[in-house]
This record gives sequence, structure tokens and C-alpha cells, in this order.
Amino acid sequence: MYEFKYHRPATVRQAANLLVKNEDAKVIAGGHTLLPVMKQRLASPPHLVDLSHIGGLDGIEMKGRSLVIGATATHHAVATSAVVGEAIPALAYLAGLIGDPAVRHRGTIGGSLANNDPTADYPAACLALGATVVTNKRRLKAEEFFQGLFSTALESDEIVTKVMFPLPKKAAYVKFRNQASRYALVGVFVAKRPSDVRVAVTGAGADGVFRLTSFEEALKKRFSAKALDGLTVPATGLNSDLHGSAEYRAHLIAVLARRAVEAATAKS
Amino acid sequence: MAKISLTVNGNPVNANVDSRTLLVQFLRENLHLTGTHVGCDTSQCGACVVHLDGRAVKSCTTLAVMADGHDVKTIEGLAVDGGPLHPMQEAFREHHGLQCGFCTPGMIMTAVDIVQRKGHDLSDHTIREELEGNLCRCTGYQNIVQSIAAGAKAMAKA
Repeated sequence: MYEFKYHRPATVRQAANLLVKNEDAKVIAGGHTLLPVMKQRLASPPHLVDLSHIGGLDGIEMKGRSLVIGATATHHAVATSAVVGEAIPALAYLAGLIGDPAVRHRGTIGGSLANNDPTADYPAACLALGATVVTNKRRLKAEEFFQGLFSTALESDEIVTKVMFPLPKKAAYVKFRNQASRYALVGVFVAKRPSDVRVAVTGAGADGVFRLTSFEEALKKRFSAKALDGLTVPATGLNSDLHGSAEYRAHLIAVLARRAVEAATAKS
Repeated sequence: MAKISLTVNGNPVNANVDSRTLLVQFLRENLHLTGTHVGCDTSQCGACVVHLDGRAVKSCTTLAVMADGHDVKTIEGLAVDGGPLHPMQEAFREHHGLQCGFCTPGMIMTAVDIVQRKGHDLSDHTIREELEGNLCRCTGYQNIVQSIAAGAKAMAKA
């Protein structure tokens, strides 16, 4: 890694000030994306601002009809939280699929969203559940927040502080793992919400997480796997690489969407 | 350089380190606790697993400065040198849970963490899933799984 200065602010305000004062400073929490990137010298921020010691940034609670998860809540905390398990079990399930147990003890939801890896799991959940990403400056709807491969709406001095999830009526996530990296080759999150149905796909899009509107319309008419009979996904706009062609991903999306709907409707 | 203060295997440690120092480097090179290994250096293999505040973490993907003010336990901290082995270590010995031994400290530290989270009666399926982040190139995992199942039960009696 290249040299850097490590900072441990006690508040979000202090953290934001550090970002303002130090151009090219980067925020870190669990570090399980940033540190590997820095070790490969793909990034060399001269300052690291560690958020993990800021009190109150890792809470998990219900606020009215929304589940609110603090930005530094670890994947382990979300996966094992009774509150999440009660409110949106599909989200707890998703968190438990990220990485491995040791990674889940460090990785955070804020980090996952701010990074917007095209094969990450949380972006699919946020888009499907219609989450709101709250930062130290504003509130962003999921659609506005995710802007493409590794790209979000976050400004250089903006820090994710929490994520608010309205409760769905039914939801499920199905992840088809890349056999080597274990990231999502394709991951589909389905949510039946009071007003609509959303189907969000990760791993497959050439430009990151996206919603599958044709499937959403079919499921809005009837929330059943049968409603997806005959529906296919075009390969255009999908990623083709050594792990799978765009056509293979397109096929997988349709398969996983059906499985997700079955899982969502099977819950007792 | 950054000043850090932490507890390692129950002992207070103070040091001045380059911020870039990984926790695994600090443990191995500064403290000479070489039981923790660097396998892949890319967060995948688990040879570097230690306990940070009681939880298994990959020390190759943690900075020493991030451990400042925290509690670290390495494989060396599971039992007193010269004293009886920790029940999980004993299980690996009894059930031949290793060949070259390179992954073993990470396997054992992960195993102890599994027991802390999932209890003492672990199915093979659970163990295999929980070992997602630990790779072994020698054994094919068979005896590792058996060792962990036995070690988990033995930890209940300890």
C-alpha cells in the first residue's frame, strides 16, 4: 500500500470535516473492499477516515413502519438481528450470504452501498425494497443513489449514515454464486410492496444493479411464479465475461426470479 | 507512524507502527506470534484468522491501527504454552485434522468462533457452511469437519 494517515473521528461531523479538509481522503469501516483494493495499489488515498468508532452509527431498529439500519452495522449484526428477522427476513438472509463469517464480522451495509460493486447483494435489496439512503447531507432514494458500476450519487464529503427500508408484504432473495469468488453471478431480490412489485437484479447488469420491469408488471397482476411463464430476459445490457455469457446471465435471471417468487410466497 | 495500544492474548501491547501495517504483519513481525499465517493475502483463505474483540476476523484485511484500543486473540492465546491444549486444538490432534498445518491455526480460530455463535452440537452441514472462508489444500476437509464437531462437543465439557 502507499502511505496514508489514519484518522478515527468520534462523530459524523468530525468525519465530514476530515473529508472536506483532505482531498482524496477515503472513508473506511470494515475495510474489506477498500483494504484489498489498496493492497493491490488500485487506490491510494492519502487519508483514511475510520467510521467504525462513531457511536450510534450501527443501530438496527424499527422506526414507525420502516426498518432503519445504521451505516456501520455489520453483515453479521444484520443477519442475526431479531429485529431484521421479524421485519424483513429476506434482508437478514441476504446479509448472511455475504462473504464468509469472518468477513461478515467486519463488512458493513454502508460500505457495501457506497462501493456499489456490480456483484454486491445489498444494492439489489435496496432497489427492490425502495430503500432510502440517508447521508450527513441528504436523503436519497435507491434509484437516485445507484448510478452505475462502482458509482453512486455520494459527493466527496458525503457519508452514508443509515438506510431506511419500508416493510414489504413479501420478499425473497436468491443468489447464484460465482463458484470461485462466491460473489453473485446473478442475484435477484423480489419484493411485493403495498403499492407495487419490484424485481432487482445484481451481478448481471453491465452497468450495475437494475430493475426488471417486465417481470414486475407480470407479478403485479399476479404475484406467483406462474405469472412469469413464458417471460424471458434479453441479453442486451448484460455482462459477458469468463464466468458467463450475457445469454447465460439472462437465462439465470429468469430462473432465479421464479425461485425468488416461490420463496417469497412459500413463507408461512 | 502511529501509536497503538491493544491487548494481545491478555497482555497489553504498545507500539509505534506505520499505518499501513496489517494486523497480521504486526502480530507476526512485531510480536513474533507466527502462529497466524499469511495464505492468500486477499481475504479468501482464512489462514490469518484471529479473534478481534472475541470475533473471528481476517487479520490480513485489518490494519493494526484499526485494532488500537481493542482485544486480539491469536492461536497462541488459546492455551498456555506448555499447558494442556485447548479442547478444539486437542480435537484437531486426535482426529488428524491437519496435514501440512498451514491452514490449521485459522481453522481452529474459526472453529472456536463457530462454537461461540452456533453452539456445541454442530452438524457437518453447518460446519462446512461456516468454513466458507477457510481453505485447505491438503486434507479435503473431511477430518477438519470431524475435528470441529468433536472439538465443539469437548468445549461444552470444558
